[in-house]
Amino acid sequence: MAERLLEVTDLSTHFFTHAGVVKAVNGVSFTLDRQETLGIVGESGSGKTVAALSVMRLIPDPPGKIVEGSLMLRGRDLRALSDDEMRQVRGNDIAMIFQDPMTSLNPVFKIGDQIAEAIMLHQDKGKDEAWRLAAELLERVGIPDAKNRVKQYPFEFSGGMRQRAMIAMAISCNPDILIADEPTTALDVTIQAQIIDVMREMQTQYHSGVILITHDLGVVAEIADKVMVMYGGRTVEYGPVDEIYYNPHHPYTWGLLGSLPRLDLAEKHRLEPIKGQPPDLLLLPPGCPFVGRCAFELPPCRERWPEHEEVGPGHGVHCWIPNDQRLETRAGLPRFKEWVA
Amino acid sequence: MSLLEVRGLKKYFPIKSGVLKRTTGHVYAVDDISFSIDKGETLGLVGESGCGKSTTGRAVLRLIQATGGSVTFDGTDVMAASRGEMQRLRRDMQIIFQDPYASLNPRKRVRHIIGEPLDIHGIGTEAERKRQVFELLETVGLSAEHAERYPHEFSGGQRQRIGVARALALHPRLIICDEPVSALDVSIRAQIINLLEDLQEEMGLTYVFIAHDLSVVKHLSDRVAVMYLGKIVEISDSNLLYDRPQHPYTEALLSAVPIPDPETERSRRRIILEGDVPSPANPPKGCVFHPRCPRAQEVCTTAMPRLAVSGEAGDRHEVACFFPTRYEDGKRTVSDTPFEGASLGAADAPPIGED
Repeated sequence: MAERLLEVTDLSTHFFTHAGVVKAVNGVSFTLDRQETLGIVGESGSGKTVAALSVMRLIPDPPGKIVEGSLMLRGRDLRALSDDEMRQVRGNDIAMIFQDPMTSLNPVFKIGDQIAEAIMLHQDKGKDEAWRLAAELLERVGIPDAKNRVKQYPFEFSGGMRQRAMIAMAISCNPDILIADEPTTALDVTIQAQIIDVMREMQTQYHSGVILITHDLGVVAEIADKVMVMYGGRTVEYGPVDEIYYNPHHPYTWGLLGSLPRLDLAEKHRLEPIKGQPPDLLLLPPGCPFVGRCAFELPPCRERWPEHEEVGPGHGVHCWIPNDQRLETRAGLPRFKEWVA
Repeated sequence: MSLLEVRGLKKYFPIKSGVLKRTTGHVYAVDDISFSIDKGETLGLVGESGCGKSTTGRAVLRLIQATGGSVTFDGTDVMAASRGEMQRLRRDMQIIFQDPYASLNPRKRVRHIIGEPLDIHGIGTEAERKRQVFELLETVGLSAEHAERYPHEFSGGQRQRIGVARALALHPRLIICDEPVSALDVSIRAQIINLLEDLQEEMGLTYVFIAHDLSVVKHLSDRVAVMYLGKIVEISDSNLLYDRPQHPYTEALLSAVPIPDPETERSRRRIILEGDVPSPANPPKGCVFHPRCPRAQEVCTTAMPRLAVSGEAGDRHEVACFFPTRYEDGKRTVSDTPFEGASLGAADAPPIGED
């Protein structure tokens, strides 16, 4: 069995603002093994980025605070570490790449300086050695003419190349875990395909675990081994990628899949959107955040958050609809008719 | 007869530099493109950032002045229209923008935003205009009570509905939708797509749908034009384009789109294009795609191929490539000899720089 890298249990991260408490992440649990890719999907405000930032302990405090839960990195309790120790963990053990590579690179320093800085900070390397490694890393992530490119500034790089440089920086210290927050959202599809390719290659080479945060269910289908679906700060469904796409149990997951136009279907089909608007995070009900938009609401939904229910191997859901009734309801939805044989 | 006819449209933006702001070059944003749209049809314009799709939309509406070419709307020459004619044309041709946050004036109430086109064109009395605004709000799935609110009180999807209502106010016949759903979340995006489909059916609207998301474009369009560096490289009926792409760029673009189906994803072969899109200020000589093209040969470096029918005669499917993919008895082939249709005409004349 693959080595367990990360175990997050009952994580809650709240933001204490003047307008009230925003429960950005509310009792979320997940794990990540070596060589595994976990996709966290959800719409804006679902808490997927805050969940990842919490693992890195990068939540701005105030107003944010991890109020509950445990974060275990290969048996070490991340919440018990001092700030200095945590700084060692970032970069060495967990690295992160962000959506917009232009704002995460410093425009006044050469690409090489920025990668070399990360190397010198975490490894016992001199400046020349670090620069040499930086060029080598750029080459490894597929930047042509890396020896000269390493001396350039971020503005001289295209969007795709900047994201490659970010990946080079992230893998410079050979981290166990790579967190990628919407790494391809700002990029064109052909460049996105290149970046996904590089990320995959790096994962095989470095045997790292990857957490991919995205709203794109296509990208998740392409590279994730398992998927966590978030809504309003909660995990509504969590399981192996095939289970989530072919045997989804939560009405929100149904809605997401029904909302997607499909390139591979010849027949013109009508989309089935989720009705209503995204929830106001200040006014979330004590129960399921999806109430109000869910077409199958039951009496307890608004009041109480349902327990985790195991519906398959490694596949869990939080929903008040009884299991058999759920499958029956799903079978009646146009998008799922052909799947339930 | 087609409602909109675009012939040889060009838009070159001058690059000025030095203290005297002399023109030192041009960005060839849109370079000699032609297409036509029938009434009630949706034409999708797809391509990556900087390919000129938005510039095309704006030049068609004369929101920016084109460098050359002609645009004819229902028999009227848009480029030559006087101020008065232009104002009338604007009633018929409207636009919906990508960013619902930036395209609505934050200081105005929704009633004013949607009613403004009616005011400008002096339509109806004040009471009638008010009633119309209410009707429009309901048409796009909002309600009359929203009229007194400000844009910040709405979510992204609702704002885009307001943008749609504003575009509909003058009962246009053509709407240019410039990435109208790109900034929206998946579940909201589907709502707006369905709304656009319903409105088209009810009002017989004609759309130019500009987007970089190929799945969305396929879903909505009857015909699709694929753009690359200011040129249309392939244009076809939507299904034909997706089933039988002929241009190597279209093939790569389609294969790069991830499909939300894990099984399909595992069995797919992805064509990964090398490198980045070149700068439109300095487009490559010959075919604009040749530096990234896996099929490029010498002829591709000398002339830009012309759009021509390469597949079955009579197909509404044109491609600008010397080595287009052909499908014979369902088998995919690429010929070694350059396709003759691509080299006819004056397409290989160098672009004219105009100030």
